[in-house]
Amino acid sequence: MTQIRLEKTHALEQLRQMLLIRRFEEKSAELYSATKIRGFLHLYIGEEAVAVGVMANLEPEDAVVATYREHGQALARGMSANSIMAEMYGKQEGCCRGRGGSMHLFDAEKRFYGGNAIVAGGLPLAVGLGLADKMQNRNRVTCCFFGDGAVAEGDFHESMNLASLWKLPVLFLCENNLYAMGTAICYHQAQADIAAKGSAYGMASASVDGMDVVAVETAAAEAVAYIRAGKGPYLLECRTYRFRAHSMFDSELYRTKEEVKEWKERDPIVQHTSRMREAGLLDDQDIASLEQQVAEEVEAAVAFAEAGTDEPIEELTRFVCSERRVA
Amino acid sequence: MNQEQGMRTITYREAVKEAIREAMQRDERVFLMGEDVAHYGGCYAVSKGLLAEFGEERIRDTPLCESGFVGAGIGAALGGMRPIVEVMTVNFSLLALDQIVNSAATLLHMSGGNFNVPLVIRMATGAGKQLAAQHAHSLEGWYTHIPGIRVLAPATVEDARGMLWTALQDPDPVLIFENNTLYNMEGALSTESGAVDIDRAKVLRTGKDITIITYSANLFKCLEAAERLAGEGIEAEVIDLRSLRPLDDAVYLQSIKKTHRALIVDEGWRSGSLAAEISARIMEQGFYDLDAPVERLCSAEVPIPYARHMEEAAIPQAEAVYAAVKKVVQHG
Repeated sequence: MTQIRLEKTHALEQLRQMLLIRRFEEKSAELYSATKIRGFLHLYIGEEAVAVGVMANLEPEDAVVATYREHGQALARGMSANSIMAEMYGKQEGCCRGRGGSMHLFDAEKRFYGGNAIVAGGLPLAVGLGLADKMQNRNRVTCCFFGDGAVAEGDFHESMNLASLWKLPVLFLCENNLYAMGTAICYHQAQADIAAKGSAYGMASASVDGMDVVAVETAAAEAVAYIRAGKGPYLLECRTYRFRAHSMFDSELYRTKEEVKEWKERDPIVQHTSRMREAGLLDDQDIASLEQQVAEEVEAAVAFAEAGTDEPIEELTRFVCSERRVA
Repeated sequence: MNQEQGMRTITYREAVKEAIREAMQRDERVFLMGEDVAHYGGCYAVSKGLLAEFGEERIRDTPLCESGFVGAGIGAALGGMRPIVEVMTVNFSLLALDQIVNSAATLLHMSGGNFNVPLVIRMATGAGKQLAAQHAHSLEGWYTHIPGIRVLAPATVEDARGMLWTALQDPDPVLIFENNTLYNMEGALSTESGAVDIDRAKVLRTGKDITIITYSANLFKCLEAAERLAGEGIEAEVIDLRSLRPLDDAVYLQSIKKTHRALIVDEGWRSGSLAAEISARIMEQGFYDLDAPVERLCSAEVPIPYARHMEEAAIPQAEAVYAAVKKVVQHG
């Protein structure tokens, strides 16, 4: 195993990112109830360790493909809270100028390719991004996030086969939160051991505790090193759990309160905080200061979105086709 | 072949192959990917021989996974390549419809201009080879419903040779439909031939009595009918649409100002067809130029059958074009 990075600055940064995602989303839920944010809103709360742990291993020139539950990945990738919040407000200042919303966050500068709300729809795109890197001899990694629900889709199997066949630099990152929307994994997978599916495609694979940011970072480091060494793709399953409903319209009839409570005891932020305290890397002052910093960032994002402008209706059909045609 | 006048005879298949070869030579980001394009040589033999010239990386066989490899083409385009993805037939493209509609066509807009998809997808379409109901449909009209993609239908060897390069220069996804009955067709091509525009419809025969609007293989059935009609003193103007999305309205509207009559010949089914769209546009923009109702000649509303006589009866034929023109011209 790669050495665990539990030195103070880095551990604090991981905690800051997880806290930012948590507080940003708690605020988003409030704003949804206040009808400031509309459409679908899928919260990542409980799963923060996955995005934060994985993203620490990616370089700016690497690419990220994510799902409709992607606020966490977007923030951990370094997209600004302002541009995400403004997007959810449907404003011109949003990362997609109000055309995407919560489910479709994109950022060319961060090489963040969405924000895909077709389950497993992003996997073939990741294969293609990896193919482009390989054909252009660039030592880059494309990290593709998807949930356990995506594993039942044909695109998952087609993409696993293509990436392995062509030895492409793609990290397939499965966030197994045990439910495909409201259908438990025992009702949707004949083989519930997701990492085991890698071997059918001759692909290196592993599973890790997705509630532990250090474990995720370590496992992802190993996967990324394998890919950067030119050995081909890698399937990493992070076993995690979403604490909130699937979306804002979910009465959670498919799981028990006891189950949710048990998983909450493994809260990634609480775990990481205790570990840092035990290691003498964190005191009350640090926590207070982090919370303060994060609260300010979220507040600023809300203020930014509130002050945002509506895209003029004259711009409605802009970006359907590119404005500049080479030919 | 007449080298002296700078013309040569070439098949449609060879014209497409030359276009692919030239694109590969001119731009190292271009590559061809699809089922059986490399070692087999392409199911319609379009890419035969290209593997030896360019190697396995750039003439890339894919597994049978239309959604996967079309999606990979979209990803490769996002990653800076200029992929040409070949799908065997339009019927099989339905397996990739999600990627074409939900990703290729939407990414630019949904991302607020962050990402464009410079991808070309080629596929065979059309009936006429007794391939029955899962290989022979003409679904290009469906694709013309989708904002965010261009849809091309090269009918002539000149367009088969010249549209690909222009499509590859386009920053957005372009679908090119090649009617499978055209691959063996021979045509005259200038030895100077090169890239052509992908925006304009073209008048291929001038006439004053009726405007026939068509595209792809049906163009030749219309020209055949026009020749016969000319013998009877009826001069039909024949328009090749070339681009099905966007439609070049100006060319056919201009023609109708002169002829005051229009017939649309489309191998798609009539209900919800491209022919219906064009007819509506004529009604909206050229109603007062008309002396007779717009007529449509489309495929019979059946899945394409296998037996030759039934297949022939199911799709537009020169004889039916002739009859339809007579009907419109005699009106009023």
